[in-house]
Amino acid sequence: MRAKVQSIRQNALPDALPDFRNLGVMSRVLLAVNGLALLFALVRSNDIAGFTNAFAEIAGRLEPLLLSVMIVLYTMSGLLHRFAYHYGVLSIFVIVLAMTTALFPFEIMPGGSNGWRELAWNLTCAALATGTLERYFHLRNRAFSPAVSESRLQALQARIRPHFLFNSLNAVLSLIRRDPKRAEAALEDLAEMFRTVMADNRELITLSDELSLCRQYLNLEQLRLGERLQVAWQVEPAVEQALVPPMLLQPLVENAVYHGIEPGIAPGVIEVRIGRQDKYLALHLSNPYHEEHQHRQGNRMALANIAERLQLHFDVEASLRTGTVNGRYEIDILMPFRDGS
Amino acid sequence: MSGMRLVIVDDERPARDRLRELLEDCRSELPHVVAGEAANGIEGLQLAASTGAEVVLVDIQMPEMSGIEFARHLQLFETPPAVIFVTAHDQYAVQAFEVNAVDYLTKPVRAVRLLAALKKAVSGARLARGVLERIDPQPRRHLSIAERGRVTLVPVSEILYLRAEQKYVIVRVAGREHLVEESLTQLEQEFAGLFVRIHRSCLVAQRLVRGFERGIESDAEAGWSVVLEGCEEKLPVSRRQWPVVKSLGKGRR
Repeated sequence: MRAKVQSIRQNALPDALPDFRNLGVMSRVLLAVNGLALLFALVRSNDIAGFTNAFAEIAGRLEPLLLSVMIVLYTMSGLLHRFAYHYGVLSIFVIVLAMTTALFPFEIMPGGSNGWRELAWNLTCAALATGTLERYFHLRNRAFSPAVSESRLQALQARIRPHFLFNSLNAVLSLIRRDPKRAEAALEDLAEMFRTVMADNRELITLSDELSLCRQYLNLEQLRLGERLQVAWQVEPAVEQALVPPMLLQPLVENAVYHGIEPGIAPGVIEVRIGRQDKYLALHLSNPYHEEHQHRQGNRMALANIAERLQLHFDVEASLRTGTVNGRYEIDILMPFRDGS
Repeated sequence: MSGMRLVIVDDERPARDRLRELLEDCRSELPHVVAGEAANGIEGLQLAASTGAEVVLVDIQMPEMSGIEFARHLQLFETPPAVIFVTAHDQYAVQAFEVNAVDYLTKPVRAVRLLAALKKAVSGARLARGVLERIDPQPRRHLSIAERGRVTLVPVSEILYLRAEQKYVIVRVAGREHLVEESLTQLEQEFAGLFVRIHRSCLVAQRLVRGFERGIESDAEAGWSVVLEGCEEKLPVSRRQWPVVKSLGKGRR
């Protein structure tokens, strides 16, 4: 029993503060705090007119404070994340309460005693709101943590197509007698690929690591598909050190081979373009589209899995779009550019 | 050198090479000649016909024509060769083979299994009728006419209409006609959704129906004929099929 509990612990995500630079986190904070204010106004007033007045009054005081706090958290995000979770939470409470005090309009308060009472009330509200949000993000993190391990598992299952493994082994067997050197190289690629696939895929990795995985995979496919498989790479050197979720590109390249190259007799081109667009990393992948082969299974699963992992890592700041243009199937991914160097 | 004539059909060259190696290993025990190899089903059919192959080793997952469809065309040969299927890992195909007791090899192929399958083929084991259709109920993408040493393939997407004529079916494509020895009823079932029956003896390509023209009314005919895109002939609709057919030309263009 004890051993079991331990092994579950090992898989769970460590407690972590939310990413204050993430658009999804920011909008959730804004919505939640204003929602709380709305609730307050509702409780305090008896009629509609009273309610709008109360809300306007609360909002007038709340918004400048809320925005300032978020700006501070945004700038201090890096520092806060270096603390242990409990110190991080404590620091946030300190920041919020200090700023509530600092921004409190003493000068417009008539008479001392009333002003102090008002401040105490504001501090209580701020502490309550911060506490509520801390619980919310904590629970959300917990709720997603099994999803992360689950999706890792799915990623694993979705991507090693048995079809690929057996075909590759067969191709390697064909080389052993006539070209032992190439057989060796192929087996090394295969081993390297599986090492990556079976590794702990929780953390972000550099794009250049993901690209070398793709190249190993494509080397193996080239072996059996020969000139039918052609790949046009266009990768800006500046993005090689960008951080991406592991297994972001390889399943997509595998899909491109499976749906775009294998069903055709004539050679086909897979196009991969990766570059930086302002604050984003933009990935574009396209392959020939074979309409009559859409019943081949597996495509949806890999795509859904990648979309889900992008969401887990980047929330609403990442997007994945697919479509068919001029007889080619296209995938476009946009995600925040994070430098890993 | 004598022995049975073999043909290898696989879209991957290393897979063909590997089969040749394994066959070489089996040769002392079971004499045979590899009459040729092809990279897809379409070339494979010509090869099998021109060499008079007795055994064909065929991959299931191939572009343009699957191994199953390839084998269905082989069955229309005067003396169909024995078929040995090879598959990397097609779970559904493997299940279907098991259920229908069809012999198959999995990649990577083992010499022992290959030898056993070849021996079975020599002993005259052939596919039972209708087995391939059960394994893969997908409609064929071609119709085939096997003549001595040659196969003519007609892509289903190019067919305008199919008309029964005594024991044959006339396959009409732009500019010419072919005769196939198949039953119109079975073709209707296989290509349901693609072809529609307008008459006891005629199926037309549904997507080409553009409308109807007034014709001569009679006891059997409804007095309307179908206007097909790319076809000048008037194809009369029977009284019986008219209620089914008449809504077809609408809702398009």
